[in-house]
Amino acid sequence: MKRREVFFCSLLLLFGIHLQAGTITVCGSCKVKTIKEGVAMAADFDTLLIKKGTYNEFNIQITKPLTLIGENYPVIDGGDKGEIITIVSDNVTIDGLFIINVGTSYTADYAAIRVVQSEHFLIQNVVLEKLFFGIYLEKCKNGKVYHNKIIGDAVDEYNSGNGIQLWYSQNIVVERNIVQHVRDGIYLEFSDNITIENNISSDNLRYGLHFMFSNDDIYKDNTFENNGAGVAVMFSKRIKMLGNTFRKNWGTASFGILLKEINDAEITGNTFEENTVGISIEGSNRINYSKNNFIKNGWAIKVRGACYTNTFIHNNFLYNSFDLAYNSNLNDNIFDENYWSNYTGYDLDRNGTGDIPYRPVKLFSYIVNRTPETIILLRSLFMDIIDFSEKVSPVFTPDELVDAKPLMKRIK
Amino acid sequence: MIHVESLHKRFGKNVVLAGLDLDIAQGGISAILGPNGSGKTTLIKTVLGMVIPNKGTIEVMDTPIGNRWKYRQDINYLPQIANFPGNLKVRELIAMIKDIRQKPSDEQKLIGLFGLEPFLDNKLSNLSGGTKQKVNIVLTFMFDSPLIILDEPTNGLDPLALIRLKELIFEEREKGKTFLITSHIMQFVEEVSDQIVYLLEGKIYFKGSITELKTKTGQSNFERAIAAISTHNNHD
Amino acid sequence: MIKILKYSFYDLMRSRWSYVYFLFYLLLGFVLLFLNNELSKAVITLMNVIIVLVPLIGTIFGVMYYYNSKEFTELLLAQPIKRSSIFLGQYLGVAGSLTVSLVLGLGIPFALYGLFQSNAIWDFSLLLITGAFLTLIFTAVAFNIALSNENKIKGFGYAVLAWLFLAVIYDGLFLMSLIVFEEYPLDNLSLIATMFNPIDLSRTLILLKLDISALLGYTGAIFKQFFGTNLGLFMSIFMLCLWTVIPVWRLAYVAKRKDF
Repeated sequence: MKRREVFFCSLLLLFGIHLQAGTITVCGSCKVKTIKEGVAMAADFDTLLIKKGTYNEFNIQITKPLTLIGENYPVIDGGDKGEIITIVSDNVTIDGLFIINVGTSYTADYAAIRVVQSEHFLIQNVVLEKLFFGIYLEKCKNGKVYHNKIIGDAVDEYNSGNGIQLWYSQNIVVERNIVQHVRDGIYLEFSDNITIENNISSDNLRYGLHFMFSNDDIYKDNTFENNGAGVAVMFSKRIKMLGNTFRKNWGTASFGILLKEINDAEITGNTFEENTVGISIEGSNRINYSKNNFIKNGWAIKVRGACYTNTFIHNNFLYNSFDLAYNSNLNDNIFDENYWSNYTGYDLDRNGTGDIPYRPVKLFSYIVNRTPETIILLRSLFMDIIDFSEKVSPVFTPDELVDAKPLMKRIK
Repeated sequence: MIHVESLHKRFGKNVVLAGLDLDIAQGGISAILGPNGSGKTTLIKTVLGMVIPNKGTIEVMDTPIGNRWKYRQDINYLPQIANFPGNLKVRELIAMIKDIRQKPSDEQKLIGLFGLEPFLDNKLSNLSGGTKQKVNIVLTFMFDSPLIILDEPTNGLDPLALIRLKELIFEEREKGKTFLITSHIMQFVEEVSDQIVYLLEGKIYFKGSITELKTKTGQSNFERAIAAISTHNNHD
Repeated sequence: MIKILKYSFYDLMRSRWSYVYFLFYLLLGFVLLFLNNELSKAVITLMNVIIVLVPLIGTIFGVMYYYNSKEFTELLLAQPIKRSSIFLGQYLGVAGSLTVSLVLGLGIPFALYGLFQSNAIWDFSLLLITGAFLTLIFTAVAFNIALSNENKIKGFGYAVLAWLFLAVIYDGLFLMSLIVFEEYPLDNLSLIATMFNPIDLSRTLILLKLDISALLGYTGAIFKQFFGTNLGLFMSIFMLCLWTVIPVWRLAYVAKRKDF
């Protein structure tokens, strides 16, 4: 429904501009041969129709409300010289361009498309390759980044940039983008009320999605796969994380989500599959975790440092090597009515929940925390024996950390 | 046929064969006798290659046996304890041994001779000791080999079977076969053997015909002669 | 050797024990699937069973067969057959029939449950391969122990002890030494310690499939190289082969020099 609305709106917008304003065609054999010329010639609300071809241009400054439309993906080759398109006006639309070779610099964050202090912009159907930063929104409001494809070739963190970066921006929608092989797929800093939806962020060096000091944002139905780490949410409040998929984020410090100093967030309906750590939590309070699936992760949840009044209800914990790791003996978090595939209890009264509580923290996870090499003894009979004895009389693991009503069947 | 030279065998500290020399010519029946633990079975087993000597050489039909195994194709051996894999039927056991040896055999005649037909489809674990021994004999005699070694062949046999066995032995001797036999039944030994090999303390103490033995010990009875040879030694 | 193998195999296929073993696995498979209702969960439970029970059964069965077939062996020793063929044939007969029981016993219930349509099939096949290796290894170890001990009770005792040591005690000592020396870099040592125990080795092989996400959480470069690449898989399989070949070779070596 929403998709269609957006489509019609943009269509209307396009036709509207068309009716009011003129169109300037840019091509190799046209009168206007470069985009820069076209931009210079255009009046406010004009459309630049850029025909198929290669344009060796950079530092294209768009200072008035314009619509740039590429026909059959014209290539803008920046020749590694610097920034390619900079938008410093409201009401700018960029559509259907193929932008390559953004300059790399250690002092300036060159981007393929940078939007500065503007509103009502739309960047869509753009393909970016060989980039430093991709789409960089700086102090912007009310814009949309839709259906773009950003494929970087980042090798090292120190000389690579982010796919989509939002800095001091508000009310932006980032939707249906594909971001690969950059530093952070999507990066938010001091940006509030942002919606990030249906993006696929994979194979990035650092994070698939990275929040810093950003509040009241929603990200939902995104897929984060095989990134250095999945999503890092740091120093932010009231973030909603709904229906995302986090897969195969493997590595020493890798995780599906890292929550660091996060308060009052909601994490619902996400799937964490085959990550080294599903969710790593540090100093985060009052977070509701519900209806998430944790499947085949190394650790489904790793709690480090002070985390208070978090609730875990109706989640599925399936075949994780460890369901939960805790580095302290204290617990102020609630686990209730989750399904644990490692639960071996029974349900004699047939009320759907097990009659004996489940203890998600194993002694072995405590040992591995202390001496990481012992991980090699995972699933050893000896470990099962000592885990069992710890289960019977807890000494090292938090005594009151139990799911008193473990479900007998997984939640669909 | 068999040539054994300075054969030594120890089991741990227990010396069983201490430089034994023995020559068995082709043809005829040699009985290997001696008190318990004198090394009869060990000697037989070294000839068969089941026991590996510490020192010495053994030649069977002019070839040193070393670690070889093919020469056993020319030996038929009747083991002392007739225990067989219990899951097999008699018929299957016979077929299996035939399959292993890949030699022409005439088991039918022997089965008839010992009246084993009713037992052919019985499992070996369900057979009596005597019947097992008959099966054992069939397995030994069904192949045509120049050397036949029998370890306590009379064990558990009824009189009729014993007679059949003796006939069988004589029949084979007529064909020029060479026999090595151990037995505790002196009457049997006296009846069948052409030559006595008496072992004592890991060496050949006496080798010769029964008449020679009787002469040497001055006894007219064979059993007494054997007893005398043992005691004689004990008082030595 | 093939003939001996054939007869040992027939003999075992006919014996009650092979059926008991086969039925045990069949039952285990069905019960696991019934209780877990899910293939992937059943596979995980099965893993625990395989790395503990398969070696135990291989050990006991190997020792038992060796002592029980002594007469058969002696019968064969007097036949024109190479000694090593006799023992290798018997060994392969036992190990082979155990492996067949294992594969069929577990394979049938899982196949009926739709294994071939499931993506658990690779995990499951790996389990069966590991199970087969463990059968081969522990039967060979059992034959070695039995061959070196004329006394049946003693041989049995040593074999069960060997199993207990490798299945439980070894890991206990391993864990303790890791904790005691935790200040030192231990990843090399722990990988080497794994190589010296076929049960740990099989466990590692299965971990590579089931718990790779957790294994990659460890920082050590050697671990990373071992588990993160195919090196771990190849090394483990290579070591398992070595673990199979060495006892079998010793079996042939000792058999050649033994008196019967």
